[in-house]
Amino acid sequence: MTKLMEVKNLRVSFHTYAGEVQAVRDVSFSIDSGEAVAIVGESGCGKTVTSKSIMGLIPTPPGDIKENSSILYKGKDILKFSDKEWQKFRGAEAGMIFQDPMTSLNPTTKVGKQIMENLMVHRHMNKSEAFNEAVRMLEVVNIPNSRERVNDYPHQFSGGMRQRIMIAIALACNPRLLIADEPTTALDVTIQAQILELLKDIQKQFDTAVMLITHDLGVVAGMARNIIVMYAGQIIEKGTVDEVFKNARHPYTNSLLNAVPGLNLKSKVQLASIYGTPPDLLAPPAGCAFAGRCKFCMKICREQMPGVTKISSTHEASCWLQHSQAPRINIAEGIRGEQDG
Amino acid sequence: MIKEYEQELFEVVGYDKEVADAIVRPNITYWKDAWRRLRKNKVAIFSMVTLLVIGLSCILIPILSRVDYTGQNVAMTHLKPGSQHWFGTDELGRDVFVRLWMGGRVSILIGLLGAVVSLVFGTLYGGISGYFGGLIDDIMMRIVEVIVGIPYMIVVILVSISLGKGLPSLIIALCITSWTGLARLVRGQVLQLKENEYVLASKALGASPMRIILKHLLPNTMSVIIVNTTFQIPGFMFAEAFLSFIGLGVQPPYTSWGAMAALGQQQMSYYPHELLFPAVAISLTMLTFNLLGDGLRDALDPKLRQ
Amino acid sequence: MGRYILKRLGYLLVTMWIIITATFFLMNTLPGDPVQTGTKLLPEAVAQNLRVKWGFDKPVTHRYVIYLNNLLHGDFGESMKTPGLTANAIIRDKFPASARLGLQAITFGLLVGLILGIIAAFKRNTWIDYTVIFIAIAGISIPSFVLAALLQKVIGGSLLPIIGWPSTNVWLSGFEYTILPTLAASFGSIATYSRFMRTSVLEVLNNDYILTAKAKGLSRREIVQKHVLRNSLIPIITIFAPQMAGIVTGSFVIERIFCIPGLGMYYVESINGRDFPMIMATTIFFSFFFIISIVLMDILYGIIDPRVRVSGEKR
Repeated sequence: MTKLMEVKNLRVSFHTYAGEVQAVRDVSFSIDSGEAVAIVGESGCGKTVTSKSIMGLIPTPPGDIKENSSILYKGKDILKFSDKEWQKFRGAEAGMIFQDPMTSLNPTTKVGKQIMENLMVHRHMNKSEAFNEAVRMLEVVNIPNSRERVNDYPHQFSGGMRQRIMIAIALACNPRLLIADEPTTALDVTIQAQILELLKDIQKQFDTAVMLITHDLGVVAGMARNIIVMYAGQIIEKGTVDEVFKNARHPYTNSLLNAVPGLNLKSKVQLASIYGTPPDLLAPPAGCAFAGRCKFCMKICREQMPGVTKISSTHEASCWLQHSQAPRINIAEGIRGEQDG
Repeated sequence: MIKEYEQELFEVVGYDKEVADAIVRPNITYWKDAWRRLRKNKVAIFSMVTLLVIGLSCILIPILSRVDYTGQNVAMTHLKPGSQHWFGTDELGRDVFVRLWMGGRVSILIGLLGAVVSLVFGTLYGGISGYFGGLIDDIMMRIVEVIVGIPYMIVVILVSISLGKGLPSLIIALCITSWTGLARLVRGQVLQLKENEYVLASKALGASPMRIILKHLLPNTMSVIIVNTTFQIPGFMFAEAFLSFIGLGVQPPYTSWGAMAALGQQQMSYYPHELLFPAVAISLTMLTFNLLGDGLRDALDPKLRQ
Repeated sequence: MGRYILKRLGYLLVTMWIIITATFFLMNTLPGDPVQTGTKLLPEAVAQNLRVKWGFDKPVTHRYVIYLNNLLHGDFGESMKTPGLTANAIIRDKFPASARLGLQAITFGLLVGLILGIIAAFKRNTWIDYTVIFIAIAGISIPSFVLAALLQKVIGGSLLPIIGWPSTNVWLSGFEYTILPTLAASFGSIATYSRFMRTSVLEVLNNDYILTAKAKGLSRREIVQKHVLRNSLIPIITIFAPQMAGIVTGSFVIERIFCIPGLGMYYVESINGRDFPMIMATTIFFSFFFIISIVLMDILYGIIDPRVRVSGEKR
């Protein structure tokens, strides 16, 4: 496996009237070619900002990508791209699917044309070539009667269909990286499964790396190989699906796992909610960001940020409980026990 | 490689009640927040003060001045502004300064009156139409569509022909046409709002339709109504000025800024001050109303709230 | 779409009928003798003849039916003040001047307004933006007659004629005469359009599909041309019709100040002269013009916005 993309020390802030909101605080991770990675976390944890940074879609101002941040794509730092280089990168090298398919398609332009735009810009096709390719792309994403439907407008499609069209747009130029930002959140449950299935197929078929952003761990299980858990703008745990699902080390990851129905083998167990609210990123706490909501919070958690503990070559967690001096606690049991009691 | 810490730091203390429950940012009510934003907006505050000054001048100056605004003096026509007559005199030797504030009374009164009529009737009409929906909404909106189709100026002209020129005709015509825009706006808002849970809850508790409209729906459409009304005032003043200018508005001995401007326009080449003062008065007043409206919209638009 | 147009036309007919009826009964139930409006009383025999000639001897409902019938045949009536002069002739004679003024003002106002609005939106919070906002607010705050007088005083005279209108070849000749009136008449719409366009562009720029377009790797220019413009023009169409009416009615004033022999000026004259058939004719003509333009705008709306085309309803 070769490293396709490497995010290093990414820090992004937004300047608002209330002050500087530190949306992403020193995030580093990498994606291999053809690999599916999931970034999981609740709203406001910085996962969308991270993905938009990769696509160069953070508006500056109010956004502010801090110095020393770097995002290497095939070895080149894309944060130093010129406008022209960005244009060549977006759409051709990386495609993105957004959360709400109802608003992410241009309502006054035929869907075919919206796919063709991509092809004409990056693959320099003429109109008829692009048209045929658009029809083919609609077939790839399983839209029936694609030759007729290519001339329809977005409002003539259902939500699930529109998300398929978004996928077709993102995939049109066969990008090496596909970022899907909560692609199923706005859809019905039955449609969600279909879209995920489609994404999985595409990842295999085209050998595209997929970065799946979600707050739903259930979505991740069948799809991704690696999971990155984010909280309050930081990565608190990452590892393979197996490692994270079976051997989660961070209390937050454990709480998230407990909030997923059906994953818990003891299905009688009540679903968990997580106590409290995330910290205000206008003034992030000095210690661990999760400390205030953590059942196992220790004194040190409130004072210092935990370092990264390597559990295996792929599994890492940032939690004081992993420190050799910390008391030995079975976190998973503890959290489950809490709901039983 | 792993740094050693004092063992006591690793004592489990659990949730931090204060941290977890702390309300992250102070909760400000909608109106307080809006007022805070408006106060920060220097242009809006400046407009408010200017309007206040203009309004007070219109009320007080004609009362305090010993000059009669209808008093003519053939010996002193077309005087340039000076110490005797601050803004000069017009073709009949009347004092422009006092007339300006008398005219302002009429102009502003029309603006306010039109806005109030539109406010009350438009809000009620739109509220009822949106709240009840269905057939009632259909019929009421068809009526609005027909009225919108009739040009406002035509209505004023027709009314003033049949009732005679002057203030009453102007006001009646305003009442006929002014409310449709707001009615549509309010209806749209109410249609959205009435699907909200708290309205359903109120209904389930047996609140009467009137109570729901007044207590729940109107307060939540308030920002739209306020902004719209602020913009309507200069609109009506504009209309009055136009009509007075073509001779269909206010009739002598009363005057308005539009009527004064019309007289001044005829004398423009030789005595520009007779046009200048009413023109500046209209433009300044409308400008401040529009700027205030802008400020209010920025302050009240919840989309901007962070 | 066909049904939609039919429905709009249906409204048009109803609205026109209401306006005609209201105008007719307002004019015909006025107190006083419609014939004896001059300063000198006419001899009773002459007055009686006139009453018969104008049909005032018949009941008002009867006259209403006759009037409607005449209208249906395209006969707008005849002046009471200038015997032999028909309303149709007046409209034919006076309308071109008004129409030219209106068209020039609308075109100029729309073009300048839209361009200013777009520039302001893209240069948001710069001095360019603030200048446009200032022009926009000044434009809706300064009445056109004030602006007209200002133009006459400042620019007019030495550079451009301040009054008058080309009398021959009304559509093409004498462009210099039309410059100041066009400027004065279009200032308000420049203001309105630039303001609306600015907000509209800013709103469209906030939409997710602009993000999609960016994520496709389109250049800024392509995004503006293919995604921003068309979508931000849609709301503009809805204010176009009222704007047009504004220009038509505003022309009453502009025509008077610049001494343009247009329909607006004639309208005001016939109102002041209480020439009822002519008032009615011009009122109906103006209203018809206004309503037709609203309907056309609605249909245009449907063409530009595919969402309307299919459902046949706005939103």
